[in-house]
Amino acid sequence: MTFKTLILSACSTLAMALAAQAETLTIATVNNGDMIRMQKLTDDFTAKNPDIQLNWVTLEENVLRERVTTDIATKGGQYDVMTIGTYEVPIWAKQNWLLPLDNLGADYDAADIIPAIAGGLSVDGKLYAAPFYGESSFIMYRTDLMEKAGLKMPDAPTWEFVADAARKMTDRAADINGICLRGKAGWGENMAFLTATANSFGARWFDEKWAPQFDQPEWKTTLQFYVDLMKDAGPSGASSNGFNENLALFQQGKCGMWIDATVAASFVSNPKDSTVADKVGYALAPDTGLGKRGNWLWAWSLGVPAGTQKAEAAQKFIAWATGKGYAELVASKEGWANVPPGTRSSLYANPEYQKAAPFAKMTLDSINAADPTKPTVKPVPYTGVQFVAIPEFQGLGTTVGQLFSAALAGQMSVDEALKQAQDAATATMKEGGYIQ
Amino acid sequence: MARKVTTRHKVVATVAAWAVALIIFFPILYTIITSFKSETEAIAGFKLIPSFTTESYREVQGQYNYFKPFMNSVILSVGSTLLALLIAVPAAWAMAFSPTKRTKDVLMWMLSTKMMPAVAVLFPMYIIFRDLGLLDSRIGLTVMLTMINLPIVVWMLYTYFREIPGEILEAARMDGASLWNEIVYVLTPMAVPGIASTMLLNIILAWNEAFWTIRLTTTEAAPLTAFISSFSSPQGLFWAKLSAASTLAIAPILIMGWFSQKQLVRGLTFGAVK
Repeated sequence: MTFKTLILSACSTLAMALAAQAETLTIATVNNGDMIRMQKLTDDFTAKNPDIQLNWVTLEENVLRERVTTDIATKGGQYDVMTIGTYEVPIWAKQNWLLPLDNLGADYDAADIIPAIAGGLSVDGKLYAAPFYGESSFIMYRTDLMEKAGLKMPDAPTWEFVADAARKMTDRAADINGICLRGKAGWGENMAFLTATANSFGARWFDEKWAPQFDQPEWKTTLQFYVDLMKDAGPSGASSNGFNENLALFQQGKCGMWIDATVAASFVSNPKDSTVADKVGYALAPDTGLGKRGNWLWAWSLGVPAGTQKAEAAQKFIAWATGKGYAELVASKEGWANVPPGTRSSLYANPEYQKAAPFAKMTLDSINAADPTKPTVKPVPYTGVQFVAIPEFQGLGTTVGQLFSAALAGQMSVDEALKQAQDAATATMKEGGYIQ
Repeated sequence: MARKVTTRHKVVATVAAWAVALIIFFPILYTIITSFKSETEAIAGFKLIPSFTTESYREVQGQYNYFKPFMNSVILSVGSTLLALLIAVPAAWAMAFSPTKRTKDVLMWMLSTKMMPAVAVLFPMYIIFRDLGLLDSRIGLTVMLTMINLPIVVWMLYTYFREIPGEILEAARMDGASLWNEIVYVLTPMAVPGIASTMLLNIILAWNEAFWTIRLTTTEAAPLTAFISSFSSPQGLFWAKLSAASTLAIAPILIMGWFSQKQLVRGLTFGAVK
């Protein structure tokens, strides 16, 4: 064997060894600002972990949900890390579709995760997904219009106050709507808002024995209140409005108030896009004095599917993306205001973050005001604030959302919408074996 | 005797044709217009004159590499079309020139597969692809797109072949042409317009297929449909970026369609008037 052959053999063996060591993680995610920022910052991760490469698959939220559900249910093994929400985590964990995150490293500090968020991502005390960013919902309002109406927004208003303020702030001639709320049909669209609102009116989806509750007076009060308020003070075509449509309306100065995700605060207060950036105030979501506020709880989180062959590398990545170090990395590159919110208590104790994000305290208070394990005034057999953590909810929630959206559009009465919602829920629960 | 066409008729027909064409083309035109708007402008409402910003194109290019999904779209659409033609030409030949009493039933059965919603077979197909190791592979997706469009290709070719007089093929046989020579040297040249339009239509269908191409791919085989899908955002304005991504994705097929429109129309109307 010549020296040249020896060298060549050694090189090829080394190359093979390196190739065998290098792992490529495929990460499924949604196209949100924070996720895109993470993709741009992954050089930091690959520099620290040269043996791990990252491939990103970015999809529309509903397509992503369908894709990862198909893959995880069939154990396709196409993804090593999945972006999932607080709805999926408890359901998937119970079906053993997710691996518990028990190898995030000694310096991860899981105890720093905001308890309400950690609770929504844990089953039997084990964390099954790590929160990348968390959110609740709160009121964003125009301070100038509120003042003009002769009112002062309390930190924790009632629905009565909000409705009164909305009607007083409405000025149809100036194209100002007192309040902008979600109306677009979908379990994660209008039903996220309406379910959270219903909680504050004492309503619930099911009683302790899984009997649907749309025939109860609390739901009638909730839906009638919503439809009347939107008729008097909402924008035209509100039944087609979701987060993005209301965001655009608020940024253009066409909404007096907007109740939606806390993550919207960074958009409406950004002078680059918002014409009312310096006139926005924040308050907790309203209540009716029954002990529950109309705010939700959600966290886009990173989980590891049970079918992956790269669990160790996947957890390494999750620890990097959701750890304290990542917040510091974002702050150093793009400022504290751009750090993913709503996941770690330490972020809210940071004076620099408090200074950069004036809505920080209200966001934390809103998150802490939501309890996914006890979401309603009356007892329920399910977890989840703006959803019911059962597999049937996606389909049922969207069906009910379509009925309520039709009621808002005036295509059917509130009574008819509730009757049909009750029938649909009863049929679904019977089919699922929850009730006889 | 030819009917006299008045100038008024011509004007009315031209205006009507342009109006119909504009209505059909308008969604594409508005997508292109929206791609030159800012995000706030895009969601603000109907507006035909954009601010002509190229910010969305810059962001789209900055966020993802366009070339890889573009090449995947080319490979998948051209590959599946060639494979479909390879199978469909002999099949259509057999049905057009040697029909049996079951030929119509076979054709109908083939077409009936198009009537089933794709989502109904999502799980079985996903499992088959998983077990064959074809998830996120160009080969798997090429076969899939071939199977999807095969009924249409066979139907179209069958229709064209039926317009060719059987006597010409018989004459070729009399001259001693083999089956292969008959198909390759006699039938195919005569059916070129039909084959070309079938090919073009199939490329367009494969290029635009968005159910399987999104669901059976992740990173390696993902074509432009997956590229477009990645720009929709649940929290954040995205219409202008989505329109820019869509414009980039449809531009190649639009240009191809524009240059080959004569061939396409000729093929699609082949045999319409006897």
